[in-house]
Amino acid sequence: MMGRGRLAAWGLGLAALVALPFVYRDPYHLHILVLILIWSFAYTSWSMMGRFGLVSLGHGGFMGIGAYVTALLWNHLGLSPWIGIPISMAAAGALALIVGYPCFRFRITGHYFVLVTLALSGIVLQVITATRDYTGGSLGYTPNRTSGNKLLALQFDDKTTWYLIALGVWLFGIVVWHWVDRSMARYALEAISEDEDAAAAAGVDVTAEKLKITLLSALMTALAGAIYCQYQMFITPDTVSGIAVSLQMVFAAIVGGLFVSLGPTVGAIITILLAETLRIGFGTQAVGWDNLVYGVLLVLFIIFLPKGILGSLLDRLKPQRKVPRAHEQEAVQVARPGA
Amino acid sequence: MGMQALLDVFDIYLLEAVINGILLGGVLALLALGLNLIFGVIDVTWICYAELVMIGMYGMYFMVQYYGISYFVAAPLTILLVAVLGAALHYLVIAPLLTAPPINQLLATGGVLFVLQSFATVAFGIDFRNLGIRLPVLAFGDMNFSYARLLSFVAALVGMVAVYLFMTRTFTGTAIRAISQDRQIMALMGVDTKRIYLITSALGGALAGLAACLLVLQYDVHPFVGLSFGPITFLICVLGGLGNFIGGFIAAFVFAEIISLGGLFSDLEWGYVLAFAFFIVMMFIRPAGLLARRR
Repeated sequence: MMGRGRLAAWGLGLAALVALPFVYRDPYHLHILVLILIWSFAYTSWSMMGRFGLVSLGHGGFMGIGAYVTALLWNHLGLSPWIGIPISMAAAGALALIVGYPCFRFRITGHYFVLVTLALSGIVLQVITATRDYTGGSLGYTPNRTSGNKLLALQFDDKTTWYLIALGVWLFGIVVWHWVDRSMARYALEAISEDEDAAAAAGVDVTAEKLKITLLSALMTALAGAIYCQYQMFITPDTVSGIAVSLQMVFAAIVGGLFVSLGPTVGAIITILLAETLRIGFGTQAVGWDNLVYGVLLVLFIIFLPKGILGSLLDRLKPQRKVPRAHEQEAVQVARPGA
Repeated sequence: MGMQALLDVFDIYLLEAVINGILLGGVLALLALGLNLIFGVIDVTWICYAELVMIGMYGMYFMVQYYGISYFVAAPLTILLVAVLGAALHYLVIAPLLTAPPINQLLATGGVLFVLQSFATVAFGIDFRNLGIRLPVLAFGDMNFSYARLLSFVAALVGMVAVYLFMTRTFTGTAIRAISQDRQIMALMGVDTKRIYLITSALGGALAGLAACLLVLQYDVHPFVGLSFGPITFLICVLGGLGNFIGGFIAAFVFAEIISLGGLFSDLEWGYVLAFAFFIVMMFIRPAGLLARRR
């Protein structure tokens, strides 16, 4: 589906991105780029289900599990992140299945699904706070600095290494996005998001398809959390878990554009630059201001530009692109005036 | 100490926890009622509902602590304030999105959640504040109950009865109930749906305001206080069936008992975890809610 020209553009862009840290070495700007890449990956992971109308506000929970389980295993058991990260991903995946299965099996969709997942990320935050003897509670948590092999501990001091790691992870996310986009699962999930009963009648295994994409999305989100933790070497419950982080993912994906592969990345660029600008502009008084601006923008975007910046731009360029509707709850559709 | 003595003490604590659970259930039921009312009538879920309560708690704090207004004068003012906030939320955010996919409306209220939380952070700081009113503790036999909880429970019940009377005895209340049954027909019957939506939102806000007046007696207020009872309110509404008033009422007490009894054995947070685990199990058993009729 991808034309020769687009492939060439991707290749050129990637080459430029890989070459960047060897040419340009300003540590602050590299730091911002690493953050953008890691969060882009997290937002892309969220949008993998979000684009099919599976709006989850539980991803803050998955990300928190990825970050905390990896760090806890390292500090308490001395387990290398190379083993810790898969374990943390498995934990997040298991939680996703436990919550996802009854939701999908019993058709908990729309508002109900959002509220259940919302509660999930709230509960994960509560657990991290409650187990403060191990996790440090709301004061945050720091993985121990290694004195041995840095590669084994996945701890690097220079920004260039981290930039390349983050770039690799981000690229992986984009590749998976395209892989899903070109698979049969995409058509099944689009059919499900339009009309679950019709999809089931056409032979789509609704529960299995939804579970698969949820599992994939949760695993990737946990990976994002673990990478974030390894890079920052400091995590607090509020920065990697909870409802605020979940909403931040939704916000970035919607601002950038939910239905295009680079949409969440554009969203990450905009949100992180916005937060940094506010931080520099307001200094220490910035606490709260960035979220205040986020919130207002989120409301304005949903009202005036629901397809996001990149999505709307692409729509402008080729107007016939069909966008799957993000809602599915049958009862709601019937009851809606003018629908 | 003999085994029997140990059992006696345990029973007393257990009974105390059960009764405290019932008292907590009153306030949770009030919150669930507000959310259910809005969902039932307007078909929108305000995920910033607990943050409205937080703003109300700050309202109470400043009126009572800072301006020295009596609690009983400040309470109606707070209820009015949050009611206006609820109506404004509908007018500014929900009304422009009424024809958009329902998920968009829900996410927009998520944006409002951000706005309210960070507004509180910017305006009031992240300090924990409390009213400084210490109500006496009521001793009943060997058990102790705080007056604050008892008062909250009674006030929550009174609030719910008032809503019930409003819904069944007034014309506006009847129109609200009718709209929640059939949205399209009521507009044809000459009912001004826009007005009804606004009134319902104000009513939902007023219930959040009442909950704020009651919760501020028991808990410190800070910008993120909504996060500690918001998720549990959502679980209650889903378990009771969104828009189902009686289901929400029962679910509120079930959850309050789980939290209270769970908190007996360890921290309150673990009570929440237990409640969530219970919720997952219940979804397998009664996926459409506690009181769902079999289709």
